Amino acid sequence: MMSKLFAAISNLGARGTDAIWRGGSMARFFFLVLSQSGMSFRRFHLTIREIFFSGVMSLVIIMVSGLFIGMVLGLQGFETLQTYGAEEQMGVLVALSLVRELGPVVTALLFASRAGSAITAEIGLMKATEQLKAMDMMAVDPIARVVAPRFWAGVVSMPLLAALFSAMGIFGGYLVAMILVGIDSGVFWSNMQDAVDFRYDIMNGVVKSIVFGIAISVIATFEGFDAEPTAEGVSRATTRTVVTSALTVLALDLMLTGFMLRPV
Amino acid sequence: MSSPPLPSAAEQPLVEIENVDFSYGKRAILKGISLTVRRRKVVAIMGGSGCGKTTLLRLIGGQLLASKGVVRVLGENVGALDREGMYQVRRKMGMLFQFGALFTDISVFDNIAFQLREHTELPEEMIHDLVLMKLNAVGLRGTAKLFPSELSGGMARRVALARTVVLDPTLIMYDEPFAGLDPISLAVVGQSIRKLNDSLGATSIIVTHDVQESLQIVDYLYFVADGKIVGQGTPDEIRASTEPYIKQFVHAEMDGPVPFHYPARDYADDLNLNSCAAKVAL
Amino acid sequence: MERKTMDFWVGLFMLLGFAALLMLALRVGNFGANRVESTYAVEARFENIGNLKAKAPVKSAGVLVGRVTEIHFDNAKFQAVATLTLDKKYNFPKDSSASILTSGLLGEVYIGLDAGGDEKNLAGGDTIKITQSAVVLEKLIGQFLFSKASDGAEKK
Repeated sequence: MMSKLFAAISNLGARGTDAIWRGGSMARFFFLVLSQSGMSFRRFHLTIREIFFSGVMSLVIIMVSGLFIGMVLGLQGFETLQTYGAEEQMGVLVALSLVRELGPVVTALLFASRAGSAITAEIGLMKATEQLKAMDMMAVDPIARVVAPRFWAGVVSMPLLAALFSAMGIFGGYLVAMILVGIDSGVFWSNMQDAVDFRYDIMNGVVKSIVFGIAISVIATFEGFDAEPTAEGVSRATTRTVVTSALTVLALDLMLTGFMLRPV
Repeated sequence: MSSPPLPSAAEQPLVEIENVDFSYGKRAILKGISLTVRRRKVVAIMGGSGCGKTTLLRLIGGQLLASKGVVRVLGENVGALDREGMYQVRRKMGMLFQFGALFTDISVFDNIAFQLREHTELPEEMIHDLVLMKLNAVGLRGTAKLFPSELSGGMARRVALARTVVLDPTLIMYDEPFAGLDPISLAVVGQSIRKLNDSLGATSIIVTHDVQESLQIVDYLYFVADGKIVGQGTPDEIRASTEPYIKQFVHAEMDGPVPFHYPARDYADDLNLNSCAAKVAL
Repeated sequence: MERKTMDFWVGLFMLLGFAALLMLALRVGNFGANRVESTYAVEARFENIGNLKAKAPVKSAGVLVGRVTEIHFDNAKFQAVATLTLDKKYNFPKDSSASILTSGLLGEVYIGLDAGGDEKNLAGGDTIKITQSAVVLEKLIGQFLFSKASDGAEKK
């Protein structure tokens, strides 16, 4: 009994130490990537290529998800607002929830599982097949050549994808309001414009999506770079990318929302 | 082909390893190893699996640092170089990795052009010609448009070979170049290594455990076991050697100085035979 | 993939992304529409501000003319001081009055400005003299009950 308890506590301790250790090496990795970023901008086509693979390839899933979520928000919001006779506020509800929260967060979750996992698998596979070592032996820094362009591509893609997601969502809400519910389009837009503040709502949403983009890109590239160089190790690293990214995004969202709430 | 490396005062060795120790954590891999590689020679470093041969290559390439001793390559002390200096030295090196390590996301052509594009400002037409020349040298000009996943193991190894020598390196290192090849590919790769070395005036180090193939193409061999050099000589000397370790290795004998059994407790003890016997006795 | 095709798609993606941002800013948000470039701040003192909060709108004749930017408590006079930031486009006479109002029964709290008749206009740093505090429901009910009670006492 005592030995079981002891083992459980040691296990917890080992996990804690391991998590802190990983966090530390991830932070070091992050600074390494930043310091080796020159090439990603000097030879921008390297970054463009990665924007294609992480940004453009995620376009369809992001836009379709955005449309669906916006329509669901419209329907559900109508249901609730109707009780208070405030259906005209539907645009406000849809726009604010998308721009402030759902846009950045859901895009980040989708991006982590669509692009983040692909980045981890790609870099992990390059490590497992010694491609990174070979590059290093050719006097080409793999962090500058392989990691940094993928990192910056993620940072650039995320806010654009989040904006597209929100725009599609609002369009979905608008469709529901127009076709299913029959709210006057002028009322829909003007109420929305009245309530959505450019700085507090839209810019904060953009800031959030940039922060999420940085977090996911660091996690995805780090997990790939740090993966055990076996097939099993790469698959485990890919899973870890999705799980860690999701948790990090949600935790960061809580913190950022706390900071960004309007001072009352 | 198999002339012994006569020590000449004018010729400084290209690679010198002096009394080098290396360990992964507490596990000692290399224990006071010393060897030299002379210019324009093809030298093989042989030994059983896991004896530290590949570690030796990584030390020469500066991807690992010795915990004791000096590794001198092209006159530079590898351990004392900073990153920039290391990269300067590596530009004069080529390394062929065990399974080729071709970049899987770009074509054969782009793989070979990689270093030309990274390190030189050559115009694209010139890169095109250079790449096709290198590919032709390994007989695979026709594969330029293919992707690495479309090549057979032997072809991938030859493409990797062409990529390794694209910048005409002074020192070429091969990590298990013969592993997993069929006899034909094996002979082709072996002959290519020898031909490239002589035509480029380069120096080659081959890490391998394929004795028969190496004996045919190299100038000098080192045998490594348990982190130490246990034998060396020209192919003729090696063939005639009576030293037990070399004999076991060259003639592929199952038991010898390299034991068949990993050190373990007494077999009977492990099977609990003695305690059973004790119980029966009771 | 050809480099040109890739460049095209990435370009299109970035164009779409920025278009979405622009649409969010202009069509969804109030960027540009109610953009206030130059403002001036005046103070208004209230006995009680009720539920008034920073960023509440300031309206005159129902039109948005500015916002409440800051609220603090004056410990010397025991009054609430609200700073109203008004759009330079709109000028109000010096003797205008500010009152705290509620739009509808449950709606937002805002400040209503009623223009006075003075020839001079309010300028930055001025204080609005005539103010009307928020109506506090509890007090209203209390007063009502008190007057009822005193009515009852008189009748006896």
